[in-house]
Amino acid sequence: MSLRSQVARLPGARWARRTAASAAVVFAELRAAVLTAWRRSLQLRVVVSTLALSTAVVLVLGLVLQTQIADRLIQAKFDAAIIQAESARVVSERDLSGVDPDREGAQGTLNNALDRLTNQSTAESGAPTAGEFRAALTTGTGSGPEISAGELDAISAEQRQAVASGALTTQYATVDGIPTLVVGQPVRTAGRELQLYLMFPLDAEQRTLGLIQSTLIVGGLVLLLLLAGIASLVTRQVVRPVKQAAAVAERFAEGHLDERMPVHGEDEVARLFESYNEMAGSIQSQIRQLEEFGALQRRFTSDVSHELRTPLTTVRMAADVLYASRDELLPALRRSSELLVTELDRFETLLGDLLEISRLDAGVAELGSDRLDMRHVVSRAVEAVRGLAEESGTPLVLDLPGDVYAEVDSRRVERIVRNLVANAIDHGEGRPVHVTLAGDERAVAVVVRDHGVGLRSGEAGLVFNRFWRAEESRARRSGGSGLGLSISLEDARLHGGWLQAWGEPGRGSAFRLTLPRTEGDLLESSPLPLQPEGDDPEHGHPLPASVPTPPWGTPIPVEPVVGSVGSTVDEPERAEP
Amino acid sequence: MKSRVLVVDDDPALAEMLTIVLRGEGFDTAVVGDGTRALPAVRDMRPDVVLLDLMLPGMNGIDVCRAIRAESGVPIVMLTAKSDTVDIVLGLESGADDYVVKPFKPKELVARIRARVRRTENEPAEQLTIGDVDIDVPAHQVTRQGERIALTPLEFDLLVALARKPRQVFTREVLLEQVWGYRHAADTRLVNVHVQRLRSKVEKDPEHPEVVLTVRGVGYKAGPP
Repeated sequence: MSLRSQVARLPGARWARRTAASAAVVFAELRAAVLTAWRRSLQLRVVVSTLALSTAVVLVLGLVLQTQIADRLIQAKFDAAIIQAESARVVSERDLSGVDPDREGAQGTLNNALDRLTNQSTAESGAPTAGEFRAALTTGTGSGPEISAGELDAISAEQRQAVASGALTTQYATVDGIPTLVVGQPVRTAGRELQLYLMFPLDAEQRTLGLIQSTLIVGGLVLLLLLAGIASLVTRQVVRPVKQAAAVAERFAEGHLDERMPVHGEDEVARLFESYNEMAGSIQSQIRQLEEFGALQRRFTSDVSHELRTPLTTVRMAADVLYASRDELLPALRRSSELLVTELDRFETLLGDLLEISRLDAGVAELGSDRLDMRHVVSRAVEAVRGLAEESGTPLVLDLPGDVYAEVDSRRVERIVRNLVANAIDHGEGRPVHVTLAGDERAVAVVVRDHGVGLRSGEAGLVFNRFWRAEESRARRSGGSGLGLSISLEDARLHGGWLQAWGEPGRGSAFRLTLPRTEGDLLESSPLPLQPEGDDPEHGHPLPASVPTPPWGTPIPVEPVVGSVGSTVDEPERAEP
Repeated sequence: MKSRVLVVDDDPALAEMLTIVLRGEGFDTAVVGDGTRALPAVRDMRPDVVLLDLMLPGMNGIDVCRAIRAESGVPIVMLTAKSDTVDIVLGLESGADDYVVKPFKPKELVARIRARVRRTENEPAEQLTIGDVDIDVPAHQVTRQGERIALTPLEFDLLVALARKPRQVFTREVLLEQVWGYRHAADTRLVNVHVQRLRSKVEKDPEHPEVVLTVRGVGYKAGPP
């Protein structure tokens, strides 16, 4: 252990470690690059797999070919060698028929016979020849001294034994580094039998085989390269239109709806492009249609707006003229004129809200944002509903620090805050309504808190639904249309902001508006907490009864998410204030 | 003498109701139900204020507005059923001085009309100067080096309001109150559009104003005399 740590402390070890580390990094990068190329290029994949498969095929084919050729070569040599050996035996037996190897001078006779054998075989034309060979004659070591002519070193003992027992044997051996076919057979003489060995060197065959092998290897390599090239060319032919198609489809997706694929010929690719073009055409016409519908919808909204508002204006003015002279009217007529005017107010609000929400739904609402002091925006909104607060005797407690700037559409933010405060006054039962403003580096938040009846479990998710009302019996001083909070939610969304609700029975409710300081910035947190902290020690548990506004662009769920709303407020006896 | 109001509106019921209300408030009124007849009526009647509905048969309200403005500085108050940004800005840019969104309350309309005609009271002899522009307040004349610049009454009021307190920066809200007569917060685009129109007439180079200066984040002020 200590040794290892000492070794590790050596500068060399450190260098090695660094090198290894950098090598690992390089390797990892390389691997990633290769993997990316592999993933992204169909051409590369096709070429590599073609190369791999054809390598296997070429290898197998080469091996088979080589084996076959070698077998044939050897077989031919073998057959020729047997015939040659047979004729050599005939010659030798004729020459040596009268020779007794045990007599004096046999050595010379053997040498002569051997000479004749080798010379005759080459001279004799027409006879089957196995090419050049060497011969050897021996008496063997059986009975009496061994007399030999020619080289016998290459012949194995087993072969000699087999020949001595009178059989024709063949064997492959290596003589002076040359593979050699040795054919051995007995030769009858007057005395004991002689052994005749013919040695056929196979170097010519080996050379031929070597040549064939190298030809096969070179041929295989060239074939592989050609195959890779062909595969690459062929794939490119297929991939090029695919790439082209991808580029066209991308441009189409970016909104260039007139983009089409160039169709050449009648092949599969052409058919694919044709059907793509048909699809693009139908998508284009659908989009055009939708755009027309959208334009129509906008026109309709605008027209309805005009058509409804003109008679409404006349009615409104007529009602105001009647109202102005109500003192001259009979009590029933006076009351009627009063009702007419107040209900016309409601009607106007409702109409205005309906048109606003239809504009928001149609996505034609624009954000006219300016960098504004939020304190002014919020106080203007609060001033607009101060009359309402005084009417119901609700104190408004404002905490509006200066120097909180944000890029907002003042009309929309004022409307949101106005709605929230009016809502709080409506449901606050005359208890104070707190309006708090705060900001951090990225966001500004306004929290409107009332201490009225609060929201029951699950209601925090419902308050933003259109025309939703908490309780039928609840007084509505502001005469809201039931669309106020829905419009506020859409307005908040248009800013890329959040509008969230919290509430608990008996503790009141809180609404928090969070907006990014810079238009288009993404919100991550709010500078103000939504739920009050520790203002009531009896209920010390966390109250996650809030509904985060979904980010701009995601559809509002129609059903409230029950699980996330007021899940801890589950004790019914506490539900009473 | 009663102020004359020309009502240009195609809706007979609304036109009649407007007449009733305006007569009750002491105005003289005439009604034209067609855009094409609006301009001849302005020539004949020489009204103090034109009340112009933006949606008209025959001729679009915006075009009528442009045609009137081309030959007269008569105050124009638009009646618009649209609260869309584009339409209002378009109306203001085509020469309207102010606008009222339907449905409006009679008092609101009367207040807007009065704000446009109130300026005929006798004013003290006053000569003002911003940059190289001279203003003769009682004569309602604006000149640059003796050359007369034609301004509508509203543009004139705006310029005079700025010129009377050369060092003061006016917020848009203050200008809305002083020039347009709004007592409550109103649409600040009114100010933006009319400042642009004023600049296009009095500035040598509207891109680099010297007479009406913008104070970023606050409002406008008069240039040095």
